[in-house]
Amino acid sequence: MEVRVANVRKEFERFPALHDVSLDIKSGELIALLGPSGSGKTTLLRLIAGLERPTKGKIFFGEEDASQKSIQERNVGFVFQHYALFRHMTVADNIGFGLKVRHGPTRPSAQEIRRRASELLDLVQLSGLEKRYPAQLSGGQRQRVALARAMAIEPAVLLLDEPFGALDAQVRRELRRWLREIHDATGHTTVFVTHDQEEALELADRVVVMSQGSIEQVGTADEIYDTPNSPFVYGFIGESSALPVKVEDGQVWIADRPIGLSAPHAPQGEATLFFRPHDVELVDECNGCIAGTVAASRRVAGTRRVELEIGGERQRVEIELPVNHPAAQKSRVAFRPRRWKLFPTA
Amino acid sequence: MTTAPAKAGWRFRQPSVIPGFGLTLGFSLAYLTLIILIPLSGLIWRSAALGWADFWAIATDRRTINALEISFGTAFFAAAVNVVFGTIVAWVLVRYSFPGRRIVDAMVDLPFALPTAVAGIALTTLYAPNGWLGSLLAPLGIKVAYTPLGIVIALIFIGLPFVVRTVQPIMEEIDKEVEEVAATLGANRFQTIARVLLPGLAPAIVTGFALAFARGVGEYGSVIFIAGNLPYKSEIAPLLIVIRLEEYNYAAATAIAAIMLALSFAMLLVINLVQTWSRKRYG
Repeated sequence: MEVRVANVRKEFERFPALHDVSLDIKSGELIALLGPSGSGKTTLLRLIAGLERPTKGKIFFGEEDASQKSIQERNVGFVFQHYALFRHMTVADNIGFGLKVRHGPTRPSAQEIRRRASELLDLVQLSGLEKRYPAQLSGGQRQRVALARAMAIEPAVLLLDEPFGALDAQVRRELRRWLREIHDATGHTTVFVTHDQEEALELADRVVVMSQGSIEQVGTADEIYDTPNSPFVYGFIGESSALPVKVEDGQVWIADRPIGLSAPHAPQGEATLFFRPHDVELVDECNGCIAGTVAASRRVAGTRRVELEIGGERQRVEIELPVNHPAAQKSRVAFRPRRWKLFPTA
Repeated sequence: MTTAPAKAGWRFRQPSVIPGFGLTLGFSLAYLTLIILIPLSGLIWRSAALGWADFWAIATDRRTINALEISFGTAFFAAAVNVVFGTIVAWVLVRYSFPGRRIVDAMVDLPFALPTAVAGIALTTLYAPNGWLGSLLAPLGIKVAYTPLGIVIALIFIGLPFVVRTVQPIMEEIDKEVEEVAATLGANRFQTIARVLLPGLAPAIVTGFALAFARGVGEYGSVIFIAGNLPYKSEIAPLLIVIRLEEYNYAAATAIAAIMLALSFAMLLVINLVQTWSRKRYG
């Protein structure tokens, strides 16, 4: 089902957690809310679920205004980071809980509930564990049960709060792929919160980058990575280096030297230059380039990360070189970013 | 680490590398023997001197049976009442903050601290037919003081802190997320409490029940004032023991005591086994 968040504001005891946030989620989409802690991503998820009430604004499920509905009526599936399974119930009873608490004709028969539970267990690849208690399962298995329990009620939207946050790296990668498969098979509209950008970029159809209670950018993984629209997104997603520069006559300057980058449409004055450390070319003759003295050099996996001090201000930036590149041995390196972006200094 | 194949039957659990197992186990056994086992075996030994026929005669005496029935019956009933209301008190103390919460919290412990005789006299004054509450209940035909109902009220007073103090810490640990998940799955408040919260609290509630019950069975000071102590009607077993002692009938006193001991031990053992079973299951 489509979900529309319209101008929602949320305050906790006068402290604003979300400022005027709007977001359209298409039916069947897999959306990631990504941001550092305190960015409001979990608050937004809880508002969609109805676990919090917005201070201002509305949330629509399809055409219906869901902000007037109670949590029970919204029919959302919610999965917590720490599973929140019912400890005293078996796996099958946990999954069937949402069906068992229904009233009157909407409640399926006990037999039907059992059938649904074992069907969902097949889907999450835990067949045969119906009779186990949560204490007898591993973390990854518990999270699968929590997901099956959320899907049992055929939710209008599936909401996952840092679903893999408590698991180790290996299990996390495995479950990530598996969640994508489940999503493709069932087609539930799904929103998940994460602070792990790799997870968000790899898994989601669209990523919502949040910071300090606002949405910074919404887009596909490519859009977010290749065309970040703010200094925050550029710095938060992937590796980046930043340098204070000046724009004059359509040229980018560091101190009193042009660095060979032309920016005819950028506004005049102070700005910050962003580029990716791996997206640079080394130049021999420094004739319009960025030059700096090597301050440190580290081996990181398949590349060498070189830290340079630039100019009299000794601004530090990082660039990435192939492991055996001779430049890493030199005391002075000159380079020019291949792709870059300027943000005027506010 | 060596993992010897598990043999059938009893064996000591492999002590950890941190020393102290032998010392602390030895100390515990010696201490329990000195404080509990020796006095209790003295009791059994003394009543055994009676001979089986005499013992049986005392045990099946109408007055003894009635006294035991009253003691265990009122203690059971009072503990059951305390389970319901003690759990509600604990819930209010854990979940809500209101002015005076700390005072209410401290008040729960008063029955622990108060000399039981003081409690007994205070309750008797209140519930006597000419007392504040007694005079209100009398026109309705409800007699509290000098009846088993009075005993129940005294035992409710004495047993309340046991339930509240065992349930409270477990309640504080309830994960709010579990309640939130139940709500998103469509459970209303009542269903969440009945199906999700109470089953999780059950072990603590059973423990609180056991403690309140055990305390009620042995309670003497507060009960004798309000009970009226009519033989066959409102005479509790501990009082009957004292009466036998005052008659210098030590054998009969110890015989009744031994029966109480056996009954109490059996009930506490059953409750403990239930606890172990549920803990194994739910972790």
